[in-house]
Amino acid sequence: MTQNFVEVRNLTFVRGNRVIFDDISLEIPRGKITTIMGPSGTGKTTLLKLIGGQLKPQKGSILVDGLEVTRLKRSELFLLRKRLGMLFQSGALFSDLDVFDNVAFPLRVHTKLPPDMVRDIVLMKLNAVGLRGARRLMPSELSGGMARRVALARSIALDPDMIMYDEPFTGQDPIAMGVIVQLIRLLNDALGLTSVLVSHDIQESMSITDHLCIVADGKLMGQGSPAELKASGCAFVKQFLQGLPDGPVPFHYPAADLSTDLLREAAR
Amino acid sequence: MMLRSLQSLGRQGIENVATLGRAGIFLAASLFAIPRLAGMPLVIRQLYREGVLSLVIIVVSGLFIGMVLGLQGYTILVDYGSEQAIGQMIALTLVRELGPVVTALLFAGRAGSALTAEIGLMKATEQLSSLEMMGVDPLRRIIAPRLLAGFMALPLLAMIFSVVGVWGGKMVGVDWLGVFEGSFWGNMQASVDFHDDVLNGVIKSVVFGVVCTWIAVFQGFDLVPTSEGISSATTRTVVYSSLAVLGLDFILTAVMFGEL
Repeated sequence: MTQNFVEVRNLTFVRGNRVIFDDISLEIPRGKITTIMGPSGTGKTTLLKLIGGQLKPQKGSILVDGLEVTRLKRSELFLLRKRLGMLFQSGALFSDLDVFDNVAFPLRVHTKLPPDMVRDIVLMKLNAVGLRGARRLMPSELSGGMARRVALARSIALDPDMIMYDEPFTGQDPIAMGVIVQLIRLLNDALGLTSVLVSHDIQESMSITDHLCIVADGKLMGQGSPAELKASGCAFVKQFLQGLPDGPVPFHYPAADLSTDLLREAAR
Repeated sequence: MMLRSLQSLGRQGIENVATLGRAGIFLAASLFAIPRLAGMPLVIRQLYREGVLSLVIIVVSGLFIGMVLGLQGYTILVDYGSEQAIGQMIALTLVRELGPVVTALLFAGRAGSALTAEIGLMKATEQLSSLEMMGVDPLRRIIAPRLLAGFMALPLLAMIFSVVGVWGGKMVGVDWLGVFEGSFWGNMQASVDFHDDVLNGVIKSVVFGVVCTWIAVFQGFDLVPTSEGISSATTRTVVYSSLAVLGLDFILTAVMFGEL
């Protein structure tokens, strides 16, 4: 058993003309919560999709639990994915199934368990996220936070080895956010999972994370424990963690000098 | 300027060919994923949504088109004293042409657009991605049952359309305008051939069913997952399906009845 659940080595990914990742390497340690942070549009979600094998990189390798994802066959990939849970930003619940059936879905598709056992498992998973009582509601009747908790219950239904969370805190009210933060930590420790979080909510992520990777402009700007990164001398990491408006990431979109720009207008 | 427009024409052409290629691969992959016995509940559910829920519009349109055919046919034929032939005229028009074609057009508008929007929304809300991440092939789970249901629904709907249309024509011709019922049915029976007319009509509707469902499902699967993308894909489904149906109808008619 390797110490790192996921190892990304020299990964390059290009979409259209845009280089999303440029020779990036990072590790996700086993049994811990790793947060991947970065400004919007740096391809954090893309990284999760690469790890899950939904996208293929142009170059580099991605090892998930010792398996080279980029070279797996379709059937092997589907087999690996049974061991990975993913929580999508929107929850991605199946809108034609109710809460119970949503959580039962992976169990019914992938296992041959008898119905009453499926029922027990589903109720246990729903209990873990506090929504056992909501099992007959349809996804359209749930609030955003509840939908995400149901999706979380669904992604742990098959007892995966790793869960990937795509922006779990975005658009949540403070209470829902607190619940989800606590759930991520609890599930990680209780089930012995490896968790990967993609987020740009610094406070919430820093409070539960063990390992932090900061990605920007296709490069890894820094990785380590939150304390290590807080002490980091890198100007970008400092700007990002403190949320300063100006710094290595400029406030202004690249443009000509203001005075020349104004004078050119006047000269017309 | 000239060069640029030529360039964009070329790019458009290449894009269209690429899309056609993607659509072909998509269809082949989906056909391989066609559900076996265990997946039948999924197909039946789709059959209900694509077929049974389209029944009202098909029956109502069939009825009115049959009635119009009866009325128009009567006013033309009565001048030549051959109004007994309207049974034959109505049945042949419906079974050979209007049944498959109008049903396909209505199907594209009713079920096709709904399929595109549904699959598109599943894509936009990451339901397709989440299926994939659960180790479930969306082609097998979502696409193939819908394709199969569409293939089956359209021919059945076309048959229902024709039957209701004949009944509507009879209501107008016989019950209202007073054509002798015996010659209405008799002429129809004598002139409609099972192989040449009914079977060819069914073949047409099978072809239209494949094309319409394929277009609808592919447009949904291939769209840009934004609200604009969904709306334009839904429009494309209806436009492409309608054009494909009308174009193919001409080709099929030429092949089937061309030697007459």
